[in-house]
Amino acid sequence: MRYRRRASPLHAARAAAGGAWCAAVAAAALSAEHPLVLAALALVVLAGAAGAGVGREVGKIVAWMVPWALVIAFVNMLVVRDGLTVLARLGEVPPFGQVDLTLEALVYGGQFGARLLLVAAAFAIFTVAVDPDDLLRLMRRASVRSALAATLAVRLVPVLAADAARIDEARRCRADGGGDGTAARLAVLRAVAGGALDRALDVAATLEVRGYGSARRRSGGSGVPWSRHDLAFLGSAVVLVALTVASRVAGFASFGTYPELHSSGVVEAVVLGIAYISVALLPLADRRGIVR
Amino acid sequence: MSLLALDRVTYTYAGASAPSLRDVSLTVDEGELVVLAGRSASGKSTLLRAASGLVPHFHGGTLAGSVHVGGLDTRAHGPSDVARVAGTLLQDPESQVVLTTVRAELAFPLENRGEGPAAVARGVEEAALALGIAHLLDRATTELSGGELQRVALGAALAGRPRLVLLDEPTSQLDPVAGDELIWLLRRLNEEWGTTIVLAEHRLERCLPAADRVIAMADGQVVCDAAPRAFLAWAAGASPELQTPAARLFAEAGWTPPPSGVKEARAALRARGLDLQAADAGHCQRPQDVGSDPRPAEAEVEVDAGDDAAPRRPSRRARRDAALVLDGVWHERRNGAAVLRGVDLAIAPGERVALMGRNGAGKSTLLRHAAGLMAPTRGKVKASGRVALLLQDPNDYLLHERVGDEASMDALRAVGLEHVVDRHPRDLSGGQRQRLALAIVLDGPARAAVVGLDEPTRGMDRSAKGALAERLHGLADDGAAVIVATHDPEFAAEVAERVVLLADGRPIADGPASVVLAGGWYFATETARITGGRALLPADGAGLLIARAGADADADAGDEVPVP
Repeated sequence: MRYRRRASPLHAARAAAGGAWCAAVAAAALSAEHPLVLAALALVVLAGAAGAGVGREVGKIVAWMVPWALVIAFVNMLVVRDGLTVLARLGEVPPFGQVDLTLEALVYGGQFGARLLLVAAAFAIFTVAVDPDDLLRLMRRASVRSALAATLAVRLVPVLAADAARIDEARRCRADGGGDGTAARLAVLRAVAGGALDRALDVAATLEVRGYGSARRRSGGSGVPWSRHDLAFLGSAVVLVALTVASRVAGFASFGTYPELHSSGVVEAVVLGIAYISVALLPLADRRGIVR
Repeated sequence: MSLLALDRVTYTYAGASAPSLRDVSLTVDEGELVVLAGRSASGKSTLLRAASGLVPHFHGGTLAGSVHVGGLDTRAHGPSDVARVAGTLLQDPESQVVLTTVRAELAFPLENRGEGPAAVARGVEEAALALGIAHLLDRATTELSGGELQRVALGAALAGRPRLVLLDEPTSQLDPVAGDELIWLLRRLNEEWGTTIVLAEHRLERCLPAADRVIAMADGQVVCDAAPRAFLAWAAGASPELQTPAARLFAEAGWTPPPSGVKEARAALRARGLDLQAADAGHCQRPQDVGSDPRPAEAEVEVDAGDDAAPRRPSRRARRDAALVLDGVWHERRNGAAVLRGVDLAIAPGERVALMGRNGAGKSTLLRHAAGLMAPTRGKVKASGRVALLLQDPNDYLLHERVGDEASMDALRAVGLEHVVDRHPRDLSGGQRQRLALAIVLDGPARAAVVGLDEPTRGMDRSAKGALAERLHGLADDGAAVIVATHDPEFAAEVAERVVLLADGRPIADGPASVVLAGGWYFATETARITGGRALLPADGAGLLIARAGADADADAGDEVPVP
C-alpha cells in the first residue's frame, strides 16, 4: 500500500491540505462519542476513500481492522466490571475473576474499537492519497536532519522490498529449490538484512551527491498557486476541527456509557453527523482540474 | 581552464590493504568529453567518486594529494558542496532515485541548492524534456523500469545544469537504442551547452566517436591519456581488451590507424577501395522517418533479414525433440498490459540462443516462464529437464556466510572457485560472484537441460565476457540448451548461433545470428555495421578484409593505397 498519483480531488490537493484533512477526520473520530456520529464518520472515510479512488486500499485496511475492533469490544466486556445492565453472569473465569458481561462495557469497547478503526482508515487514506515527497519537502523546511532520516526510511522500504522479491526469486532458482517454509523465508530475510546497510549507504551517497547536506532553507512557499482543491481541503479541515472542538466544549452529541448508557439526544448526534458528512465530503465533489 | 584537477592522488578505502588510486594526476578542461576506460576494479569508479567528493568524505579511508572541482578543494568541501558544480550518476539506478515521484526527484537537487520555485519548475521541465521523460513526471519511481530509472537518475544529475557531469557506466542497464540515445544526449549537452563530461564505460565503441580524450586506468593508475585514435593505437599493443570491435577488426587485419568508430572505419574501407556497404544495401531496413523523437518505434528497428529470420511456429518434430518449448505463451498482467503475446519457441539441446530486444520487450519475463518462476496466463511451457536460470544480479543468490555452503565442491570446481571455499561470498570480486551464482544454479544431481541467463554481462569488462562466453559454449557442448537475454550484440554474436529478437512481447525475428545480427541498425554488431553484415566478429571481419583487399590488390596490382 503506497502513494500513487491518481485523478482525484484529494490527490490534486497539496500535501499540507490533504494531510490536514486526514488529520482532522482522525481527530473527529478520536473525539466522537455518539454511535451515530461514529457511523457518520465511518461514512466519511468510506465515501472519502471512494471519492479519492483509493476505496480498495482503504477497504483492505478496514477489513483487517474490523476483527480487531470486535476483539477490543469483547475483551473490554471481559475485563471491565462497570455497568449496570448485566447481559450474562459467567461466574469465576480465570484469569479475569468474577465476570459479569455488561451492556455498558460492550458498548464502551465497541466505541473504542470503532474510533481505532476510523483513525486507521483516515491514516490509510493519508498514506495512499497524500504525496510523501511534498510532505518531506515541508519537513525539510522545519528540520533537515529529521527529513533526511525520513527520506532514507521512505526510500529504503520499497528498495528493500524489491531486494527481497528478487532474492526470493533467486532462491527459487537454486538447484535444490532453496528450501521451503520458515527456513527459506529466514534465509531471504537474513540476506535482505545483510544487504540493507549497503543499500542505505548507496541511497545516502545519492542524497549527498544531490546536495542534501548543503540544503539551504528557502524563504516562502513552494511557489505553486493555491488550487481550488488546496483551499477546499484546508477549509474543510479547519471547519472539521472547529466542529470537533465546539461539540466537545459544548457537550454537544455527547454519549456516556458508565454506569448506564446515556446521551444528549439523537437529534444532536444526527445534526453533528450531517455536519461532519457535509463538511468533509464537499471538497471531494469538485472534480475540476484533478488530472495532472 | 581546468574544471577538474587531480594532483598526485593516492587513495585507500577504509580497511582495504591496497590503494584504489595510485599517484593519479590529471586535469579535465571546461567543455571536454572524457571517457574513462579500464578493466573492472581498475579505479574508474573510485576516480569518479573522488571527483564528486564522496571520496574521502563519505567513504572514509586515506587520501593523499588533492582534488579540485570547479575551484573547490574536496579536502575542504564535501559532496554536497561539490554538487553545486558537478552532477553525478553512480552505477545502480535502483539506489540512485530517492524520492517517490519523478517530478520530486528532478526537483530535489534544485531545492537543495535553495533555488526559488520558478527556477525549480523550469529546471524540472528542461531536464525532463532533454531526457524525453516528460511523460513520466507524475509516475511513481517504484513503477519505472531499469532503463527509465536510469534516465530519471540522469535527469536528477542534470537538473541543476551542472558544469561537470560524472557518469559511472550509465548505459549498462539500457538497450542498444536507449544506450545510443543517452550517448547522443551527452554529446549534445557537451556540444551545445558546453557541459564537461567524464564518463566511465566498458562499451567504448558507444562513446569513443563522441570523446575528446580517453583516460585508461589499470590497477589504480592512469596508463594512457590520449585522443581516441591515439588511445586505440596504444591499446592495440598495451591493452588489447580495451580495443573497440572496429579497432580490433583493423588490428587483426594488420591495418593502421585504428578507427574510433563505424564512420571512420567505413571511410577507411572506402579509401582502400572496399565499399562493403554499397554492395550490401538490401540487408538493413533504415528508419524512414525518425522525426523529432530520437527513439525509433518498433517497426523502425525491425530487422528485414528475409525469410531466414522470420519467426515461425516450430514444427511438431522440433517441439518433440526440444529441451525447451514455449507453446503460444501469453503473460497478461492483471489490470495491465500483456507482456508476452503468444510466444512460440523451441530450443534444441545444445543450442545457443540469444534473446534480444529493447527494454520492456519481454526478455526477462520469457526467461522466468522458462524457469517456472511465472505461470503463463495462456499457453504452455515444457522443458525436458531442469531449467537453471541465472538472474541479473548474482548477489541475489548469496544466502550463506561461506562460499563452500553456497554450492557443492563439484559445482565450485566446475567454475574454478574451489580455492575460495572458506571466504565470505560478498568478499569475492564481481566476476567471481557471477561464477559462484552460476555454480549455485547448476549445482545438483541432475544436469540442467536448459541454462538461462538474464543480462549476464552487465558491468563486465571484455575479458570477463570472453570467459563467460567460453563457459556457455562448454555447457552447450555438454548438451544443455543455452538461452541468454542480452543487450550486447557483440556478446550475442560470440555466444549464440541463433538470435530471437523480441518486441512488445513477441518474436519479430528468429534466425541464425549471422542473419539477425547482420541486418539491423541497432541490434547489429559493430563489425557487421562496418562490413555490411558480412561478418559479426572482428576476427571473421579481419579475414574478410584481408581476403577482399588481397583480391582487389591482385586485380589492381601496383595501385597506391591512400591512408585515411
